[in-house]
Amino acid sequence: MVAFLAACIVAGTPLVFATLGELITEKSGSMNLGVEGMMLMGAAMGFLAGLNTSSPLLALAAAAAAGAGGALIFGVLTVSLRANQVVCGLTLTIFGTGFAQFVGEPLLGSSAPSEITSFFSKVSIPVLGDIPVIGPIFFQQDVFVYLGYVVCGLAAVYMYKTRIGMNLKALGENNAAADASGINVNLYKYVHILIGGAFCGLGGAYLSLVRMPIWQENIVNGRGWIAVALVIFVAWNPIKGFFGAVLFGGLSILGLKLQAMGFGVSQYLVDMIPYVATILIVIFSTYKKRKESQPPGDLGNNYFREER
Amino acid sequence: MDFIRITKRDDIPRKKEIIITIIAVAASIAFAGIILMIFGLNPLYIFKEIIMGSVGTELRIKQTIVKAVPLIITSLGIIVAFKMKFWNIGAEGQITMGALGATWVALNLSPDTPQALMLVLMMVAAAICGGIWAFIPAIFKAKLGTNETIFTLMMNYVAIKFVTYLQYGPWIDPAAGGFPRIATFSENAVLPSLGGVHIGWIVAIIATVAVFFFMNYTKTGYEIAVVGESVETARYAGMNISKVIVVAMLVSGGLCGITGMIQASAIEKTLVFGIANGYGFTAIITAWLSKLNAGYTLVICVLFAMLVQGGEYIQIALGVPSAVSDIVQGLILFFVLGSEFFMRYRVHIGRNKAKEVA
Repeated sequence: MVAFLAACIVAGTPLVFATLGELITEKSGSMNLGVEGMMLMGAAMGFLAGLNTSSPLLALAAAAAAGAGGALIFGVLTVSLRANQVVCGLTLTIFGTGFAQFVGEPLLGSSAPSEITSFFSKVSIPVLGDIPVIGPIFFQQDVFVYLGYVVCGLAAVYMYKTRIGMNLKALGENNAAADASGINVNLYKYVHILIGGAFCGLGGAYLSLVRMPIWQENIVNGRGWIAVALVIFVAWNPIKGFFGAVLFGGLSILGLKLQAMGFGVSQYLVDMIPYVATILIVIFSTYKKRKESQPPGDLGNNYFREER
Repeated sequence: MDFIRITKRDDIPRKKEIIITIIAVAASIAFAGIILMIFGLNPLYIFKEIIMGSVGTELRIKQTIVKAVPLIITSLGIIVAFKMKFWNIGAEGQITMGALGATWVALNLSPDTPQALMLVLMMVAAAICGGIWAFIPAIFKAKLGTNETIFTLMMNYVAIKFVTYLQYGPWIDPAAGGFPRIATFSENAVLPSLGGVHIGWIVAIIATVAVFFFMNYTKTGYEIAVVGESVETARYAGMNISKVIVVAMLVSGGLCGITGMIQASAIEKTLVFGIANGYGFTAIITAWLSKLNAGYTLVICVLFAMLVQGGEYIQIALGVPSAVSDIVQGLILFFVLGSEFFMRYRVHIGRNKAKEVA
């Protein structure tokens, strides 16, 4: 059981980053449906950089830059040019998928260099790793997983305890009011869209560098969309976001686990669970309209001062 | 005074709109060329080969049409939903379920069933199955306001996993020697050809005319457009919004289902889990580029089919990844989306003296 829970964290880590990325983006009032595309871009560029430089840090930087690059396209189109956010996000996913296929075609089947795989091998944190049960689950993981803990914690502090984080919340709730109170709307939106994209890129890179360090097509396989749904599920809260992502990571490996335990269920039917669960989440989150679990008020609306 | 000022346009002459769109498409192709150059490919040569690969010979023209057919019908389905601002990105799953319905009919009716009857029943089953797959998110949207974007998308994965399950499990063809495939259709369940291409192209043309008429000349079509423009207006006018949403999505999913039937019957001659082959996503681009107009879709889809066919050709002939055409598709839409800004707003560059005096 402990081993399974530890595996849930590994399976959930790409979702942790992607969910956090989309969450930050949505807090600024922008709904970027290009998560899947940005994850693929990050996965491909991270893998490419890792393969060519054998440097894990450069690989991470490349993945974050690729995700942010995709997000920049979205930002220019929706913030500066005020194009429809839904369509721009969808296009970003299509573009990112093509981009990853194009970059990844010559890499098919090649594996990440040993410098990278050893850098991301499991490390037990002293003291914490020795705690019974909790230690093996949370603190005997790879550094990328630990990075996930850190960014979730930082994001929570940033969003709830800092002035900029409060401004961000105000902006997402009401663009015009935030503008009137002197917040630079476009700058805030751009910055958070880009940070969000970088996190999505990192989420993709976890898949291609750590989870299955052999390049394969369609490596993200719908996780980006699950992340979009998870943001709703966790009610735009980064700490809940972490646990939601781990829960879904667990659902995605449940099929293999059940088969290993000798249950005679079809792998393909069990594979449906995360997607069906996502649908159920979306339904339930609209069904019970609790005040604190509502989306930012201006989510999905573009802002043009002269058009108020 | 700002150096760059933006003001809203009241309306834009048609001519200017077309010029802006052409500039946007040209810019996107130029940009794609730059990307190709970065990867060490000669863009002019690649573009030439994409065109030659799509219309260079009679056979390639036929293959382009074969690829245009599913794109057109799916685009039409998406147009009906998008017109209502219902973001149906579940076409992929609706195609898959349509193919499943058609396959169920094809495998369960006697192979001696007359061809016309067989094909009509397959098409009806496909439209029903695709429609049901769209109805599920639609009813939740109508009754609870559930976010349809994620719902329809997740339905894609459920459909594909379900067909995979059938293909590897209950529907496996015992005659295939353990190979995970579903039995091939009998001859009467395969769409006949006309003019060297399966008659799906006639279905596509009929569907285009029908959707054009439905959207522009029927009460329901008008109601769909009103709900898309403003739910409040629709409510104030006394429209039954839930009903409009459900009807529109049944039409949308039904059309996508028919695409599935055509692909299963004419192309694969059986059901495979990858039957939708990304058409459901490409059709979102074509639907938007055609400004949600059924008439324009026909042209846009043929152009995109050329890109798809040309992309496959360069993969085989030159070893260049066919994803090049995906990138070009994405770029075209990015630039067109961006260009819409210049249709809605006027950009003034430089200091405007008259304004400063005022």
